[in-house]
Amino acid sequence: MPESSAPVRITPEVAAKVAHLARLDFEPDELVRMTAQLDGMLEHFADIDALDLSTVVPMTQAFPLVNVLRADVVQPCLDRDEVLASAPAAEDGRFRVPPIIGSE
Amino acid sequence: MSASPEPRLTASAIAASVRDGSRKAADIVEQHLAAIAAREPEIHAFNLVLADEARADAARIDAQVAAGDDPGPLAGVTVALKDNMCTRGIPTTCSSKILEGWRPPYDATVVSVLRDAGAIVVGKTNLDEFAMGSSTENSAFGPTRNPHDITRVPGGSSGGSAASVAAGFSQIGFGSDTGGSIRQPAALCGVVGVKPTYGYVSRYGLIAFASSLDQIGPFTNSVEDSALMLDVIGGHDPLDSTSIPQEHPSLREAIQQDVAGMRIGRITDLPEGADPDVVQRLEVAFDTLRAAGAKIVDVQVPAFTFGLTAYYLIAPAEASSNLARYDGVRYGMRVDAADTNAMYGATRAAGFGDEVKRRIMLGTYALSAGYYDAYYGKALKVRRLISDDFDRAYQNADALLTPTSPSVAFQFGAKGDNPLAMYLCDTYTIPSNLSGQPGMSVPFGTGAHGLPVGVQVLAGTLQEPTMFRVAAALERGTAR
Amino acid sequence: MSKYDGLPGEWELVVGLEVHVELATATKLFSASPNRFGDEPNTNIDPVTLGLPGALPVLNEQAVELAMRIGAALNCTIQPCTFHRKNYFYPDMPKAYQISQYDQPLNVDGFLDLPNGVRVGVERAHMEEDAGKSTHVGGSGGRVHGATYSLIDLNRAGVPLVEIVSRPDIRSADDARSYVNELRGILLAIGASDAKMEEGSMRVDANVSVHKPGTPLGTRCEIKNVNSVRSMGRAIEYEARRQIDLVEAGDVVRQQTRHWDETDGRTHTLRSKEDADDYRYFLEPDLVPLAPSAKWIARVTAALPMLPAARRARLADATGQPATSEAVTIVVERGQDDYVLAIAAAGGDAGRALVYVKEAFADSPNVTAADVAALTQMEVSGALTATQAKTVLAELVTNGGGDAKVIAAKHGFEAIDTSEIERFIDQALAEDPDAWQKFCSGDAKAMGALVGLVMKASRGKADGRAVTASLQQRRTDRS
Repeated sequence: MPESSAPVRITPEVAAKVAHLARLDFEPDELVRMTAQLDGMLEHFADIDALDLSTVVPMTQAFPLVNVLRADVVQPCLDRDEVLASAPAAEDGRFRVPPIIGSE
Repeated sequence: MSASPEPRLTASAIAASVRDGSRKAADIVEQHLAAIAAREPEIHAFNLVLADEARADAARIDAQVAAGDDPGPLAGVTVALKDNMCTRGIPTTCSSKILEGWRPPYDATVVSVLRDAGAIVVGKTNLDEFAMGSSTENSAFGPTRNPHDITRVPGGSSGGSAASVAAGFSQIGFGSDTGGSIRQPAALCGVVGVKPTYGYVSRYGLIAFASSLDQIGPFTNSVEDSALMLDVIGGHDPLDSTSIPQEHPSLREAIQQDVAGMRIGRITDLPEGADPDVVQRLEVAFDTLRAAGAKIVDVQVPAFTFGLTAYYLIAPAEASSNLARYDGVRYGMRVDAADTNAMYGATRAAGFGDEVKRRIMLGTYALSAGYYDAYYGKALKVRRLISDDFDRAYQNADALLTPTSPSVAFQFGAKGDNPLAMYLCDTYTIPSNLSGQPGMSVPFGTGAHGLPVGVQVLAGTLQEPTMFRVAAALERGTAR
Repeated sequence: MSKYDGLPGEWELVVGLEVHVELATATKLFSASPNRFGDEPNTNIDPVTLGLPGALPVLNEQAVELAMRIGAALNCTIQPCTFHRKNYFYPDMPKAYQISQYDQPLNVDGFLDLPNGVRVGVERAHMEEDAGKSTHVGGSGGRVHGATYSLIDLNRAGVPLVEIVSRPDIRSADDARSYVNELRGILLAIGASDAKMEEGSMRVDANVSVHKPGTPLGTRCEIKNVNSVRSMGRAIEYEARRQIDLVEAGDVVRQQTRHWDETDGRTHTLRSKEDADDYRYFLEPDLVPLAPSAKWIARVTAALPMLPAARRARLADATGQPATSEAVTIVVERGQDDYVLAIAAAGGDAGRALVYVKEAFADSPNVTAADVAALTQMEVSGALTATQAKTVLAELVTNGGGDAKVIAAKHGFEAIDTSEIERFIDQALAEDPDAWQKFCSGDAKAMGALVGLVMKASRGKADGRAVTASLQQRRTDRS
C-alpha cells in the first residue's frame, strides 16, 4: 500500500484520459480500482529513479541488425473470402463498421 | 512422477523408429490421446484437442513411410502448441474472449517448419490471456492445473504446454517467453524449458505481446529433445526482420561435450526472495557442476534487481500498441455500438480480462506525452545497464546459474488481488529477456511438498551451445 | 520572396506544404502484396496488410531506393534512419498504428527551386505506410456526417508513401501551385511516383498562416482534402482571407485542422477529440535501423536523370526563349524537349522547332526530327511564310512525316525572294501615297493598309513579317 506521504503518480483524471487513448471503457468503480492498482505499481517501479542514467544510451534492440530488406516481388495474396469469413461484419467485399465520427 | 504411458523415449528415438517403420505414428498418437482422455478433464492443458487432425497426420506419415517417402526428421513426434501461435484454419485464441473462435488464414513459420518436419500437432494449449501472467490463472477459459498437484498452478504464461509435456499428453510442448513464460512453468512442472537468444527463432505468426522480448521455445522431458527442437525450428526467417541471419551450430552435437574447465558464474548480488528449498537445490546444482569439472566463480550483475521494473514498463508499453489491433473491425469479437469509437471501447472492455487491461493501461501511460521520459525512456536505459552488466559478467564466466522460480508451484489464488505479488515470480527470468540472451530451466530434483524445482542456466548472446552443455551436465547429475 | 497581390493591407501569406506521394513499387512497403490502384476491394491483402495477429513487417528495398531518389532530387542529406510507431485508432488503420519515421528520417535539409527563382526549403522527406480507404454509406454525398455505416477496403493499406515536408517558405498561392507542379515534374522524371492527385497518388496538405512582415509568424491552420492543384490554390487564398478577417475583427486564429470543401469554397473544422494528437511514438521493435551505404547513396545520386529545371534551362539555351516562357515550360512538361533538340541537331532551327512542337504535338510526336528540321529551314530562309509553314506542318502530322519541299510545291507555295517583295512594296506606295504619309508620321494603322496591298498583289505569298520589316526600314531611311 502506498504511504500517505508518497506522491500520487496517477490521478483518476489522468487514468480516464489513458483509458480513452487505449479505447477501454470502464465502469466508474472499475476505473477507481484500476487507478489505485496502477498507482501502487508505479510506486513500486520508482526504484529506478535512484539510478544515475544521465550518460546511459537507451537500449532499443536486443540483437544489432541493420538494413534488413526485401526484394520488391509480388507474393500470393490471402483469399478474400477466407478473410471476410472471419470478419465480424462484411459487405460488398469490404469490412463493415458503424459510422466513423470525429477526426481519427 | 509423470503420467507418460511409456518409458521416456527421446524425440529423435521416436522419429527414428517411425521412419524405419518399427513404430507406427498412429500408435503413438493413440497413446497420447489416451493420456489426454484420462487426465485432461482435471488438468485442462488444452483450449483445443486436435484428435481427428492428429490421427489424420499420423495416417499420412505412416503412409509416406510405407511408400518409401521421407516423412521428415520429426516424423511421429507429437507436439502441443501454445494457443498464441497461428495455425491456419484452426482456432487461435490467446486464451482471450476477444479472439474466441478466430481461425488464422496462415500458419506461423514455426508451425510450418514443424509440420514439414513431420511433427504431429495434438492440440492448442492454454495460456494466461495474451501471454500476460505467471500462473495461467488469467486465461479466459479457465486455468490449467499442475499435473504434479492439481491444487496448484502450472506456472505461466505457457502453463498449458508445460503441463502437456509433464502429463505425457505430448512429447513436446511449445511456448513463448517474454519475461519467463517458458522457463517458469517448466520449473513448476518439472520439465526442460528453453528461451533462445532473441532472434534465434522466427516470431512470424507468434501473436505478439512484447515485440522486443518475445521468443518461441520448447518444453521437453530431456535436454536432448530441446536441443533437437531448437536445431529444427531455429534459423533465419525472411518474414521476421528481427530474425538473426546466421546459421546456428547444432545443439545436439554441443551437448555431447562435458563441462570440464568451464566457468560457471554465481551471481552474488542476485535479488533475494527465493525460498530455502529452491536455494538448496541451486547449491546442489553448483556442486554437481563442480563435480563434473567446472569451476564456480563469483560474478555481479548489479542492475539485475531493476529488471522487474524495466520489464513492467517496457513490455506493457509494447503490448499496449500490439493489442490495439483488437478493435472489432477485421476479426475477433465485436460489441456493436453507434459509432466506431464507442465500438472500440465496448469491444475491448468486454473482450479483455483484467490483467490485460491493467497492462494496456500501464503501457499506454508509460508512452504518453509527458510521461515517456519518466517511464518508458528510463526503462530503456535500465535495459542497457542490465545488458552491459551481463556482458561484463560473461567476460569472467561462460554461463550463469540461478533459480528459475523463487518457489515451487503455488496454490491457485495464492497471489491474491495483488498483481505485484505475481510479477515477482519472474524476478530471475526477466533480465535475460531484456538483454535478449538465452536461458533455460532444467528440472533439478524436488523441493517443498515434493514439488519440482528448476534451476536456470543463462548464457551470452548466441551461446546456446554453452548453455546446453551445462544443462546436459545438470541433467546427467540430477537425482531422479 | 513574392508577395501575394490579392491580400489587403500589409498582410503576408505564409505557406508550408506537406505532400504525400505513393511510390511506384510493385509491392507494399512492409509486405509483398501488390501495390496497385483500382483493383477489387480487399484483393491485395496479406497478414501484414490486415494487421493480423502475429504478422510482422519487412522493408521493401525498392521503396527505399525510390525514397532515396526523392531525397537526392530535392538536394537532401540522406542519412541513417529508424522507424517509429504512430499509435492511433481508425478503422482504416489495421494495426491501430502507422509505421512511420519520427526523429530520424531518411532525407533531411533539402530544397526545391521554383521556376521564378524562389527557393523553398524541404525540411524532410520520410517513409511511411499508407492507410486503407473508408467509404461512408447513407448520409449525404458519401460524407461521414450522417452516415449509417462505413465500409473499409484495405488494398491501399501498406502502400509505400514518402511524406515531403516543406519549410514555410511559400508566400503566395501561385508559388504553392508552382511548388506542387515542379515537385510533380521531378517525381515523374525520377520515376518515383505517377503523382496523380486525382487518383490519390499525390496528396497535398497546406499549412497556412498570415502575419505582417517583421512580426512573428502567425498561428497556422492545416488544410486537408484538397484534390487538385487548382483547388489547393483556392483553399489557400480562402484560408488566408479567413484568418485576416479573424485577426482584423479582434479575434484569434486557433491552431486547427480544417477541411476544404470544394462545393462551398470554404474550409471547415472537424469535431476533434481532446487527445487526438497523443500518438505515443516509440521505436518500431519489429524493424531494424536503415543505414544506406555511401555507395548506395552515391549510385542513386549519380543515376538521377536531368530534372525539369535543368531541362528548361537547356531548352531555353538552345531556343533563345526564356526558361519561364509558356512554350519552354509546356514542352518540357510534356517531355518533348529532347525532340526539339533532336530537330536542332538535324539542322533545324531550334526556335521554330519549339513553336511547331508546342502547337502541333499534344504528346508523342509522330514525325521524324529530320522532317521537321527541313521545314524549319524553309520558314527561316523565307521560302515559306509562317502561315504556309503551318499548313505544311499540319500535313506532316497527318501523314506521320514527309518531305516539306514536296508538300509546299503541291500547295503551290512558291518562294518569293526579297527583290520581288521590294517591287510589290514600291507598287503599294505608288498606289496609296496617303497611307505612306500617315505611316511615316507615326500612324501604325496606316501600315496595315500598305501590307494589305502587298499581300493582294503577291496573292498572299509575301511574308507579312518581311514586308513589315521592310516598310519600317524604309521609314527609318527616310528620316
